[in-house]
Amino acid sequence: MSQVIDLRRRGLLRASGVTVLSASAVALLAGCEKMAVAQSGNTANDVGILNTALALENEAISAYQIGAQSGLLQKPVLDVAVLFQTHHKEHRDALIATIRKLGGTPVAAKSDAEVAQALNAAALKNQADVLRLAQRLEKGAANAYIGVIPSFGDRALAQVSARLAADEVMHWTVLSQALKDPLPAKALSFGA
Amino acid sequence: MRRLALALAASLVLAAASDRAAAADAQRGQELYESRCGGCHSLDANRVGPAHRGVYGRKAGSAPNFAYSTAVKNSTVVWEDRTLDAWLTNPQAVIPGQRMNFRVALPEDRTDIIAYLRQQSGK
Repeated sequence: MSQVIDLRRRGLLRASGVTVLSASAVALLAGCEKMAVAQSGNTANDVGILNTALALENEAISAYQIGAQSGLLQKPVLDVAVLFQTHHKEHRDALIATIRKLGGTPVAAKSDAEVAQALNAAALKNQADVLRLAQRLEKGAANAYIGVIPSFGDRALAQVSARLAADEVMHWTVLSQALKDPLPAKALSFGA
Repeated sequence: MRRLALALAASLVLAAASDRAAAADAQRGQELYESRCGGCHSLDANRVGPAHRGVYGRKAGSAPNFAYSTAVKNSTVVWEDRTLDAWLTNPQAVIPGQRMNFRVALPEDRTDIIAYLRQQSGK
């Protein structure tokens, strides 16, 4: 199947209230080519949300890179950190592909040095410090993905946002276990 | 009569907002800020979003060295209780074309986050 979007057809279908773009986005992010029909939405706004998500993923990739290169992580924690970074890279690649498919321009990543400064990485002194930073970022990312769900014009992208949030929660849970933190006492501890 | 009813309704809404502001809990707001906003924001560093210390009382799009969207840069909104509450409820309704889009659904959560931001802005 061709990956090129027929813009004339896209405009025609959007005018009729059906969008092929959302199906393309879902196909990319879901890793399948099955097309779904979704409600028409504000594509420019959706691209903006996806670009913010991309910036967040880029920051996470840098944060794990900084942690992995710090010399503070021991195996098997180091292997887990590298695996989580791989997940964030997969999120990044899917977001970039979807933003482009929707006609947008993906934001550029900041350098690791810029991210290190913004996250005050110089204050990291041991493995627990690195895990605590990663845990905080993963929780923030999960809540960010949950918090933007109502803003998507395309409900299929909202569902994708929930799937991305689930990955971040999985990371948060593993990191919390490594830190021997207690489990949340109450339900609904993520999101609004 | 209709005008009177509208005025009464408006005053009730304002009173409710005022009551919420009076009951604001900045300490709870800090916890909410760190868990909800901390994915993208910090008080003192520009990250995915701009640094927040000093946000209360300043004009939208004026944090130093942050690359804002054109919409936010051109906005005349000044961040205080009412505008921050509207922003956290639905950013796109306040400044169309902005890039945040994150929403805080519960009024009491918004109030506490705003109280924390106000405290950290020295207001």
